[in-house]
Amino acid sequence: MNLFYKHTSRRNLSNTILTLITGLFATLAVLPLILVILYVLIKGASQININLLTQLPEPPGDDLNSGGIGNAVIGTFVVTGIGALIAIPIGVGGGIYLAEYSRNGPFSKFIRFGTNVLSGVPSIIAGVFVYGVIVSTKVIFGSNFSGLAGGIALSILMLPTVIKTTDEGLKLVSDELRKGALGIGASKFITITRITLPAALTPIATGIVLALARAAGETAPLIFTALFSFYWAEGSEALLEPIATLSVLIYNFALEPYEAQNKLAWAASFVLVLIILTTNIISRFISKYASSK
Amino acid sequence: MSERKNDQFQRRNRPPSEKIIDIGFKNLAIAMASMVAVILFGILLVIFLGSIESMGRYGLRFLVTSDWNPVTDDYGAFTAIYGTIVTSVASLMIAVPLGVGTAIFITENIIPQNIRELIGIMVELLAAIPSVVLGLWAIFVMEPFIRPFLTSLNNSYSWIPFLSTEPVGPALAPAILILVVMILPIITAISRDSLNQVPAKLREAAYGIGATRWSTIFNVILPAAISGITGGVLLALGRAMGETMAVTMIIGNSNNFSLSLLAPGNTIAAMLANQFGEADGSQVSSLMFAAFILMILTLSVNIFAQWMVKRLSLKY
Repeated sequence: MNLFYKHTSRRNLSNTILTLITGLFATLAVLPLILVILYVLIKGASQININLLTQLPEPPGDDLNSGGIGNAVIGTFVVTGIGALIAIPIGVGGGIYLAEYSRNGPFSKFIRFGTNVLSGVPSIIAGVFVYGVIVSTKVIFGSNFSGLAGGIALSILMLPTVIKTTDEGLKLVSDELRKGALGIGASKFITITRITLPAALTPIATGIVLALARAAGETAPLIFTALFSFYWAEGSEALLEPIATLSVLIYNFALEPYEAQNKLAWAASFVLVLIILTTNIISRFISKYASSK
Repeated sequence: MSERKNDQFQRRNRPPSEKIIDIGFKNLAIAMASMVAVILFGILLVIFLGSIESMGRYGLRFLVTSDWNPVTDDYGAFTAIYGTIVTSVASLMIAVPLGVGTAIFITENIIPQNIRELIGIMVELLAAIPSVVLGLWAIFVMEPFIRPFLTSLNNSYSWIPFLSTEPVGPALAPAILILVVMILPIITAISRDSLNQVPAKLREAAYGIGATRWSTIFNVILPAAISGITGGVLLALGRAMGETMAVTMIIGNSNNFSLSLLAPGNTIAAMLANQFGEADGSQVSSLMFAAFILMILTLSVNIFAQWMVKRLSLKY
């Protein structure tokens, strides 16, 4: 009988083995990110040049050195912007209701539940919904496939995230601030817009930026709402016409048999991943910096 | 001096405009919150109305036949339903041990805090990669890389129905692997959060009575965190069922039914992505019917997840 640690005893051995297994699992979990980023860098970044970013994509063909993704880069910002313009006011408003006005009654419980359910709705279903309501009925000035329809589809996907981050951000604001403002006679509207919303700005803004980054990469809701276009979005009715986006360009061009198109898909992937990852990392950094202050 | 004081304490009513703004703002907030319900019911209604024609024509036969012929107008979604369920369940079976294992690894003090945080952030960033990019990677990098392994699997075990066909490219198996990559971050993040919420006292008590690290994890920590983990797993299942782009790009989009995971197949989401843009007439209605089935599947999984989290959560 001695009290030294025995490496070979059954319990110590099984402990070591299980620890090694989880270590292996963690490595496997990180591996795809490294591989995907590596390949996007290798195959995409090498092609990035000014022509690629300013030219229009060419119709499918074998010409390796022509064509660009300029209209898709702009289109991604336009469609995501439309989605944000719709989702942010509605989402922040809904979040304000849940955090500031609701008394945990059946209505607010249902809205919270509905927000969770809506965030689980597959993105392709949002596309089908917008197709059914807007595209096939041509309800917006008689246009069917349009950037506007694509933006609306994206806003459905952003909405639950914006509501949740607003709700949670406002709940973090200490109640003393709220009571203090109401106590010196401020109305509820003034309390919310001047006191609690500014106090919760950082978490809400971070959440919204993350939701935007996520929406910028969405493809499924766009393939039959915003469709795709080989031209610049210009003119007064640009938003009512089909519009190119990076994500749809990747989808369409990845399935083309021509190498030129596949190369453009990789280049577009690089730009898209770059936009999304930098947004993610910056907003994480800002929220960490703000919370440590 | 005293005049100013009097002025200060004079009773002032709120101007009516302030009241109007106040009430208006509240009603505006209520209206915006209601939008969630409007959209949710709107989605159900639109898809249901769109699928009535197909429902009337095929009824429940739609669920068990696998013809998909726009020329003769014969539609059945069995291949897609089989693909949806098989890919999501199989990817879950791989992703749950990986994700929960990773979560345990980064919540235990096995390696330094900095590295654990780095792993956590990297897994979260994986969730930020658009699925269409993962699909592109799957087509050009992953599928050619794993094909020899799948071929040798087929050569050695072709008597198993799930491995009975020769791999030729896009198929259910690579789709399952790419789904694992997509749902892993959800499972890891939610499991990590629920493991972190287990009170330190429980762990200390277990160590105090002489339990090893892993008997503490299996007997104390995991049971205490099980509600959150189950919720995360179910959310991941819902996500896997509805995941579209990466799967569409790598699954092969074939409507011919095959049990084999090495043969091209289809999922409901992939079918929608592929055909909805060009469909017309009764094909639209049939696709809407398939979308309705997908909606019901994901809704029930999500609602079950929320109920489960409430039901299983332990109170400390």
